[in-house]
Amino acid sequence: MLSIKNLHVNVGDKPILKGLSLDIKPGEVHAIMGPNGAGKSTLSHVLSGKAGYTVTEGSVSYYGQDLLAMAPEIRAREGVFLAFQYPVEIPGVSNIYLLKAALNAIRNHKGLPEVDAMDFLTLVKGKVKLLQMDEKFLYRAVNEGFSGGEKKRNEILQAAILEPKLCILDETDSGLDIDALRIVSEGVNSLRSAERSFLMITHYQRLLDYIKPDVVHVLADGRMVKSGGPELALELEEKGYSWLEGQAA
Amino acid sequence: MVSEQSSAKYTEAYPALAATLPGLDTPWLQAYRQAGLTAFAEHGFPHLRDEEWRYTNLSALQKNHFIPTASQVVDAAWLESYRLQDAWSVVLVNGRFSADLSRLAGLPEAVKVQSLRQVLQQNPTAVQDLLGQAVGNDEHSLVAFNSAWFGDGVWLELAADYQSPKPLQIIHVVTEPDALAATRQLWLLHDNATVEIVETFIGSTERYFTAAINEVFLRGNAALTLHKVQLEAEQAVHFGGCYLKQNAHSRFIHHNFALGAALARSDIHAALNFAAECTLQGLYLGCQRQHLDNHTRIEHLKPQGISREYYKGVLDQRARGVFQGRVIVAEDAQQTDSQMNNRNLLLSADAEVDTKPQLEIYADDVKCSHGVSVGQLEEKSVFYLQSRGLDEASARNILTFAFANEMVDKVENAELQAMLLKELLVRFPAISL
Repeated sequence: MLSIKNLHVNVGDKPILKGLSLDIKPGEVHAIMGPNGAGKSTLSHVLSGKAGYTVTEGSVSYYGQDLLAMAPEIRAREGVFLAFQYPVEIPGVSNIYLLKAALNAIRNHKGLPEVDAMDFLTLVKGKVKLLQMDEKFLYRAVNEGFSGGEKKRNEILQAAILEPKLCILDETDSGLDIDALRIVSEGVNSLRSAERSFLMITHYQRLLDYIKPDVVHVLADGRMVKSGGPELALELEEKGYSWLEGQAA
Repeated sequence: MVSEQSSAKYTEAYPALAATLPGLDTPWLQAYRQAGLTAFAEHGFPHLRDEEWRYTNLSALQKNHFIPTASQVVDAAWLESYRLQDAWSVVLVNGRFSADLSRLAGLPEAVKVQSLRQVLQQNPTAVQDLLGQAVGNDEHSLVAFNSAWFGDGVWLELAADYQSPKPLQIIHVVTEPDALAATRQLWLLHDNATVEIVETFIGSTERYFTAAINEVFLRGNAALTLHKVQLEAEQAVHFGGCYLKQNAHSRFIHHNFALGAALARSDIHAALNFAAECTLQGLYLGCQRQHLDNHTRIEHLKPQGISREYYKGVLDQRARGVFQGRVIVAEDAQQTDSQMNNRNLLLSADAEVDTKPQLEIYADDVKCSHGVSVGQLEEKSVFYLQSRGLDEASARNILTFAFANEMVDKVENAELQAMLLKELLVRFPAISL
């Protein structure tokens, strides 16, 4: 579904990604680990279409289409979802309004009619329960005054309702205590299916205790230096990243 | 002299007009009008040299000659679309109190709502101690102009302890081109009286001049919630001044929506006695070449007063906004608690805002703060919405709407809130709720 080939990305004049390649098949869960400054967040931003990044070389193919040629909203409507490391607070826009507007934008893109108000409410309330959130969150401004854990849960709630094909989790575990991590992970696991793929970006192995990846990659200095099964994460936990830096995958 | 030129058209036409104004045979009123005329003739309209007017150019008032009209013709269906159903209402057509269009049936005895023109003709002593007492002709020359020119207005008196169950709406409507609608409102709330007032300004013609002044007297522990909804026609010039004397423990809450007119200036000046409270909230929303000037002054004269001020501005295209917020804490006004905040959103490179908070504190035991911001939409917010599937234009529209809607949300009157929401949505068409 996703095929990244030899991706080079600059921020300003500075190269951040230096020939990154990655293939993800439908239903697979990939974890990307790596030291600070390796380019993990840059990868998630480039895939979701954030401004400020220049692709100098390489390609990203998403279901055979050129992902990089699409506007951010088109990527979203085509099923790419980024769970933000730092979800943005949007005062004055209620959670439920955003959820509905987003769902309808996606439905409209697919040629489907707008969601029925009652069906929508039933759908949303079900997902809220799944993530053990209070229904009051629906009527509060998006992320405004939410705790770190609430913000991350809210991201997963959005994913649960928008039903993406590719879900990018950018350090979703950061800032979570152990209970919040468990709830968020259960939410993510409930979204796993044979069609839906995940790209999890994380510093720490502990997230992978809850969400079992199919493949673990190590990203260092802008490219993948090692890939393996879940056991690679354990090895990293033990040895750190230094033994891999300078290696090519 | 520039000032002579600017006022000449008006002063020359005044003698003929004076014969039609109420109170010809009331010496104290004549003296009051004459003082206004003299002050106006001397100074002309306020100009950029005047400190309180340095951002607002009134040359449109000099170029055109706006004159009062006796016309009372209104498109009834159009007028009704602005009328609140769950309220008593007064309609002023071209500056004249229209008994026919007003809806005051069932008004209890404790509430007196009358044409000021009628009061000045029949029983002027009822207002003798109030007229000119909340604002002087020396405030600025538009006040002086209004003192000489006003032909009518609304006299409202609430008996002590009366809590009005329904709001009163005052609809100021102008229907004739080049009309001058100069009105004076006198509102007196006796001890412990409470009322909510909605003032709506609309026009069905292009170019005209509204000059409406309110003098408000809140006696001990009285409470007034006032909404001003300024929806004047596109080429109109609007001046609205609201001047208050707040006695001990009185409470004033103002919601000020400046959405219409080519050029609008709003003055809100409150003088606070012991433990009085004053909350001023406003939204100015300008596009094209609109100029929206908001001038506020809160004077804490005695101890323990509380004031809260929060104004937001959204300026698009070549619009210009002005916020001048002045808080004065007198030497005697210990334990004053005052906060002021003004936030502005500029949507285009040509839009402009001048914001000037001023604190003048002469007491030493006070809690005062102020904050100002001028900015654009945050790109990270736009991207966040895009990443959820909304196109960029809709994302910007939603964020702008959300910024402005915070002030509409603060309006507790549900019917009015819905009306304001509709006005906002007209201006942000990409949003469907």
